[in-house]
Amino acid sequence: MAVLDHPAENVSPPVAQRAPSWATTLDHKQIGILYIITSLIFMAVGGLEALIIRAQLWVPDSHLVGPDMFNQLFTMHGTTMVFFVVMPMLFGFGNYLIPLMIGARDMAFPRLNAFSYWMFAFGGTLTYLSFLAGGAPNVGWFAYAPLTEYAFSRDHSTDYWILGLMVSGIGTTATAVNLVTTILVMRAPGMSLARVPLFVWMMMFDGVLLIFALPPFTAAAIMLLLDRGLGAHFFDTQAGGSALLWQHLFWFFGHPEVYIMALPAFGIISEVVPVFSRKVIFGYESVAAATVVIGVISMGVWAHHMFTVGMSDALDAIFSGASFLIAVPTGIKMFNWIATIYGGKIRMQSPMLFAVGFLAMFLIGGLTGIMLAAVPIDWQVSDSYFVVGHFHYVLFGGSLFAIMAAYYFWFPKMTGRLLSERLARWHFWLMLAGFNLTFFPMHIAGLLGMPRRIYTYSADRGWTIWNQLSTVGAMLLAVSFLFFFWNLFVSWRRGESSGDDPWDAWTLEWATTSPPAHYNFEEIPIVRSRRPLWDLKHPEDPDWEHE
Amino acid sequence: MCLASILLVALVRSAAADDLSVFHPASRPAASIRDLFYLVFGITGAIFALVEGMLVYAAWRYRRRKAGNDPEPAQVYGSQPLEVAWTVAPLLIVFVLFLVVVRSVFEAQEGNDDPPALRVQLIGHQWWWDVVYLDEQPGAGVHTANELHVPTGTDGQPARIEVELLSADVIHSFWVPRLAGKTDLVPGQTNHMWFTAEEPGTFFGQCAEFCGMQHANMKLRVVAESAESFQAWRKNEAQPALALANVTKGRERFLSLSCVNCHTIRGTAAHGTVGPDLTHLMTRRTIAAGAADNDHEQLRAWIADPDSIKPGSEMPNMRLSSAEIDAVVDYLETLH
Ligand code: HEM
Ligand SMILES: [Cu+2]
Repeated sequence: MAVLDHPAENVSPPVAQRAPSWATTLDHKQIGILYIITSLIFMAVGGLEALIIRAQLWVPDSHLVGPDMFNQLFTMHGTTMVFFVVMPMLFGFGNYLIPLMIGARDMAFPRLNAFSYWMFAFGGTLTYLSFLAGGAPNVGWFAYAPLTEYAFSRDHSTDYWILGLMVSGIGTTATAVNLVTTILVMRAPGMSLARVPLFVWMMMFDGVLLIFALPPFTAAAIMLLLDRGLGAHFFDTQAGGSALLWQHLFWFFGHPEVYIMALPAFGIISEVVPVFSRKVIFGYESVAAATVVIGVISMGVWAHHMFTVGMSDALDAIFSGASFLIAVPTGIKMFNWIATIYGGKIRMQSPMLFAVGFLAMFLIGGLTGIMLAAVPIDWQVSDSYFVVGHFHYVLFGGSLFAIMAAYYFWFPKMTGRLLSERLARWHFWLMLAGFNLTFFPMHIAGLLGMPRRIYTYSADRGWTIWNQLSTVGAMLLAVSFLFFFWNLFVSWRRGESSGDDPWDAWTLEWATTSPPAHYNFEEIPIVRSRRPLWDLKHPEDPDWEHE
Repeated sequence: MCLASILLVALVRSAAADDLSVFHPASRPAASIRDLFYLVFGITGAIFALVEGMLVYAAWRYRRRKAGNDPEPAQVYGSQPLEVAWTVAPLLIVFVLFLVVVRSVFEAQEGNDDPPALRVQLIGHQWWWDVVYLDEQPGAGVHTANELHVPTGTDGQPARIEVELLSADVIHSFWVPRLAGKTDLVPGQTNHMWFTAEEPGTFFGQCAEFCGMQHANMKLRVVAESAESFQAWRKNEAQPALALANVTKGRERFLSLSCVNCHTIRGTAAHGTVGPDLTHLMTRRTIAAGAADNDHEQLRAWIADPDSIKPGSEMPNMRLSSAEIDAVVDYLETLH
């Protein structure tokens, strides 16, 4: 590698030669960008599906799309957003950033890494091919048996759902193994596990959670496949199978899945908030410990999705208690972030705007989660629009706001250019307004008795106004995303040059060029504290004296 | 605050229209859930105000006023007392919440040993409700669909209605917000719930677990009435169907078609159990589980083509001529 001596000589070859290199790349940065771009495409598709859902519910007794199409739309919207948008986007950032943050040249298993990405891309594509094969999955994103059994779902749409998710699930498992191994064994000299950036720490536990949570889902999917294809009876209630077995297996994966989508977001926030407050994270140890506690408890709360299935009072109480308990470590993080902001010199640049948006919105999702954990309240609002409101405050107000902070924060590292702050502000304020207008009224519709997943409602039920507010909000959201996509596009082409370290940040990825050379670092850095670049910039008051 | 005021508006509004608001309970279980909701809303609302307030205050108070190379602020690495405080305080709060919840979960069972005034079986089907009154004399069973009649009680003592929930196919969920929280209808298992109706009236609900194509049109109404009118209704329902002479043609047509494979009309040879019992069809306000009003036009349209009212419905298009439809509908309209 002659280029080792000339890091600046990172000249891109012409497009014609570039294309195959993206298809065959093993470089974690290219793979990360592939993840990010692919999931952006899925995000546009999933968003479009949501817009059609909202358009259908604009008026009572609407005939815009029929029940069949509507059921496909919300199933594909949910499936897409969870499996093909939020997760892979987080993996994209993880892939790109983790080797840079820990001072490594690549992931532990570059080939496995490429394999993971392609499995995700194929799995997503396969799921969408169902549209061409006569109809997309229409059983909801948690695909409750026995509705998914052959008796009630006779076309192949459900098979596409199973196979698509299994294929991408294989990729996800490989990613999880790769993340954990990389973080355990590839860290730069001096970077003990107690010194890794919190994003890295949280991605590691994300991987651990995935390794525990995915197998039950894969097992359940295979069982369902056997039921449908080979006449097995695991979930076939007509032949003595169990409907609730599916729910237990699914939610044993499905609840940790929520935290799988949330932990990396917490990690992003734990990087962005300190840099823009100009302060070290408040209570590194307790934020790190809270992550582990969340991971452990999240494996034991799954049946709070099942309070209405007729479990015993004792089980209801146990799962309710465990769900309440998870609020404590989550609250700890919240307070630590706020304490980090407190007393800082805050630069309200775009990443920080979205980070504060995250804190403000995620709090609401957390608190409605506490309401839902109170079993009798759940009996009323479970499976109503209240729940749809709640989990969008968690996944959209939470994870997606954090992901947006990540775009604005690390785009300069990936491209060497800054995103436009002016467009960012349009994006942020429209997204914040649109988000609340879309999802807050859903809580009210739910409390007024509106179940989720209904393609139509009659005017006399009194839900019209809340649905109309939601629909207007969704249009605002769509506009905000136009600003985002436009910003990505123009800034990538001719944005202001960022330099290597535009935010005056402290973790290792900012110590190299933007974009980094193939090998990341000319010389593997030696780390003495949690903020190696702070030490460099403040030799008079280095971090290690305080840790 | 803005949250609370929007909710207030919602409460007021919800008094109008066909009311399904959880804030307007007409039954003991629903009322106790509402009270619990107010309590939990109060607690979480206070936490919201406090934490959101701290966040906004910190972000506003410490924003940098002008750009420039001012020195970095003091670096604070943590504070053990503070961190212990914000671990222990939430722990105490959720512990109290947990106790409250456990109490109300067990409260929901209270009075379970009192003998019920009425026992009903609800069987979920894609996409309608089969209603069977239990503890009838054999042969005098009341069997209806999509409409549950219950007594309010006597002498200020609300009648306890016990419901057994089953499913014939996939999972459904029974939800009448003013009367009680949800309980699922799970195939292969029998669930139980109970409610009271403290005032006469019609209470609306619908299936709350996605159950396929017409999940949205799996509606249900509960009609609560005084003990006397309930008994009158029940007595009538227990009778076999009328066989009026002026609709013989329609009746014979009906009985000669495959309608009988799916529907029951007691007193005739129609004994099907795939679809709703039609013995007293005309006592019901809607057809097709609330998808349409039960009137002449809608009945005709339904029989002419069920999919025109409820696409995907399990009832086939019988391909009758217009005259046949008239005859059959004339017959059905005598089933009081
Ligand atoms: C443009 C933004 C969005 C809008 C307007 C929107 C709207 C909706 C609506 C109206 C539903 C309910 C459909 C129903 O139950 O009948 C829904 C379901 C859902 N949404 Fe979103 N959503 C958006 C973004 C997201 C994002 C970012 C996620 C992140 C993971 C997400 C995850 C889900 C999930 C998991 C479901 C449940 C699907 C199911 O019931 O099977 N959505 N969304
Ligand atoms: Cu149903």
